[in-house]
Amino acid sequence: MTVRLHKTPAAPATLLISGGRVVDPGSGLDGERLDVLVREGTITEIGPGLEATGVERVDARGLTLLPGLVDPHVHLRTPGDEDEEDIASGTRAAAAGGFVAILAMPNTNPVVDSAQVLDSLVLRAGEEAVVATGFFAAISTGQAGARLVEMAELADRGAAGFSDDGNPVERAALLRRALQYSRITGLKLSLHEEDMSLAAGGQMHEGAVSAELGLGGHPSIAESVMIGRDLQIARHENAPLHLCHVSAAESVAEIRQAKELGVAVTAEVTPHHLCLTDRAVAALDPATAKMNPPLRSAADRAALIDAVSDGTLDCIATDHAPHRAEEKEVPFEEAANGVIGLETAFSAVYTHLVAPGLVSLSTIVERMSTGPAAAFGLDAPAIRVGAPANLGAWDLAADWLVEPPYASRSTNCAFAGQLLHATCRLTLAAGTVAHRVIEVAEVGER
Amino acid sequence: MDTQHPLTAERRHLIAIGDLDRAAVQRILDTAEGFQSVMRRDVKKLPTLRGRTVMTVFFESSTRTSSSFELAAKRLSADTMSLKASGSSVDKGESLKDTILTLTAYDPDVIVIRHAGIGSAAMITRHTDAHVVNAGDGKHQHPTQCLLDLYTMRAALGRIAGLQVAIVGDVLHSRVARSNIIGLTMMGAQVTLIGPPTLIPRGIEAMGVTVSYDIADLGHADVVYILRMQRERMDEGANYVPSLREYSARWGVTPDRVRPDQLVMHPGPINRGVEIAGAVADAANSRIIEQVRAGLVVRMAVLYDLLTEPAGTPGESALRVVGEPEPAAAGQEVA
Repeated sequence: MTVRLHKTPAAPATLLISGGRVVDPGSGLDGERLDVLVREGTITEIGPGLEATGVERVDARGLTLLPGLVDPHVHLRTPGDEDEEDIASGTRAAAAGGFVAILAMPNTNPVVDSAQVLDSLVLRAGEEAVVATGFFAAISTGQAGARLVEMAELADRGAAGFSDDGNPVERAALLRRALQYSRITGLKLSLHEEDMSLAAGGQMHEGAVSAELGLGGHPSIAESVMIGRDLQIARHENAPLHLCHVSAAESVAEIRQAKELGVAVTAEVTPHHLCLTDRAVAALDPATAKMNPPLRSAADRAALIDAVSDGTLDCIATDHAPHRAEEKEVPFEEAANGVIGLETAFSAVYTHLVAPGLVSLSTIVERMSTGPAAAFGLDAPAIRVGAPANLGAWDLAADWLVEPPYASRSTNCAFAGQLLHATCRLTLAAGTVAHRVIEVAEVGER
Repeated sequence: MDTQHPLTAERRHLIAIGDLDRAAVQRILDTAEGFQSVMRRDVKKLPTLRGRTVMTVFFESSTRTSSSFELAAKRLSADTMSLKASGSSVDKGESLKDTILTLTAYDPDVIVIRHAGIGSAAMITRHTDAHVVNAGDGKHQHPTQCLLDLYTMRAALGRIAGLQVAIVGDVLHSRVARSNIIGLTMMGAQVTLIGPPTLIPRGIEAMGVTVSYDIADLGHADVVYILRMQRERMDEGANYVPSLREYSARWGVTPDRVRPDQLVMHPGPINRGVEIAGAVADAANSRIIEQVRAGLVVRMAVLYDLLTEPAGTPGESALRVVGEPEPAAAGQEVA
């Protein structure tokens, strides 16, 4: 099979990570004071009191080791808007947030709709990416919704899937053809669901807050009617489907029903939709509160949290969307949509969902690691002997204030100004050290 | 960044009517009443804000608001400068942020801003040291309109608390409606919104109002507050109402729909024969021109309140006109 994830070559890590708590629901592991020995990028031993001479040692007492996180929805703004993000800065932000693999959306300038553009990204990722990075190709040429891209060739060149994200596939007949034809590639379509006529003029969720602020309302049904349509098409074609950034309770109901009917649908939700509501828009700061789909009501948020718990929503994905300051330092309606989220994703979800007891840590780890890996046919990160080292070492008790500077090149963070739990001290991605803010003891010292 | 700027903070702004509490509204209305007495004198200029600079920056067209703010500042002896979007660097594509940074270089004490963008007034507080007064930010807020409406109601009926106010028309697109709902409710009035279902925003009941689609419900109101119906709402594709004709027939305020004991108000400019019949606008119970008059003294009061300590209504000295001697020390120049 074609290699779909790319990363700059780096020296494989050889490390003894000692004394931490290890939590890996996929491997059925939850133990205190365990040592994890990594040799040449591969986990070779897990157990208490491991001896290893001539190996760098990381004191992980007080830290929690989790499988590396996987994000199937980021915008790396390359090519075309490298002043907002590039592959180097975007993957550093990913590593800082404990991610070991990310998939980038193709709504760049130019759009990733040809082998040439995809090849250039694969080349750059091989030089710059500090975590494993894959690239979606567009569904339609220029994401214009008219003509299918050359899916077979793009799949051969290593596309990770197909998406017109940023735009819905408005014409039902085009989506149907895309589902039929993409079958030959074995790759999934990832859909941005929005009925443009219902969403027209929408600046935020339509509800009591939009009524008070006077901002145009983007109703929940703008998302759910499109999801309903596309799930019917997928069911008719017996084709798998992935849904981006689900935000509304009505959408959750559609997905739950489709799964009961056996539709092979997977779906994601962002940390900001899980942690925040449309009340956050009242401050009228587009840098933190303007995105599409918009932050929705408290009832929607509760439905999303339930859906993460019961597995109706398989993945938590950031929709990391960097923007230059000029696009956000304008009145709300003129501002660009989107917030960055790679560095805050796990910490925000841990703070707002796990710490208050709404969702268990193991469920969150599954939705941020094995869930997205399974949705796109990637190897699931695991803390298991013989597996490549893909893990994060977290200090769950260490609070940090979300503020610049960020590893990302942009600053439009939804959680800016918040004090979050959980600080990522170390990320090993594909066997290499991608992020480290922790002392390493002298070689061999115990 | 923080966008909540209560009028009691160190550098005070007036961005939304909710920035004020009940006491602050009373204080501003009382101050305006004091200024009203001065406006009846021959010399109408007060020295209160001498040496202060008030800039009015209007990115949207306006007659009443821009002229009354400018005149209000002049009546208080402030230096004024007004910028209109056309003919300025805004035509050359200068951003709002850069325009405000530029104007701030002249150290204005107050910037009065009207802009089509919701949150624009709040946004510029992050880029200027001046007190900011929102003279209308898109569909969001128009707090001085609310204050002048409260002033007009109080002057005509002697109270605001307990009044039944019907706001009629296009609430969805109206910053005036949003400001008045908050201001009236805060001051103890009961608000009913009346209009087509397509022009009453979903969820607005959460602001503590009653919603009706039936113009006959005007009958319960002490005050009938009519909103301007804009022609764009009938544009093809918008479909808020099928036609102006049908809107007027269903929701236009005609003589047979109001009683002489009900007060009629409208923020202007009015569309005679559309949302309000000419006979209603010109009737004895109409307060439309009084609203305009109130706009001047209320905006004087807002500028006065922002630039002086919020210690209460202006005393004798604040209400002495230019050139008038202090009663205690006759002959002495007023400072």
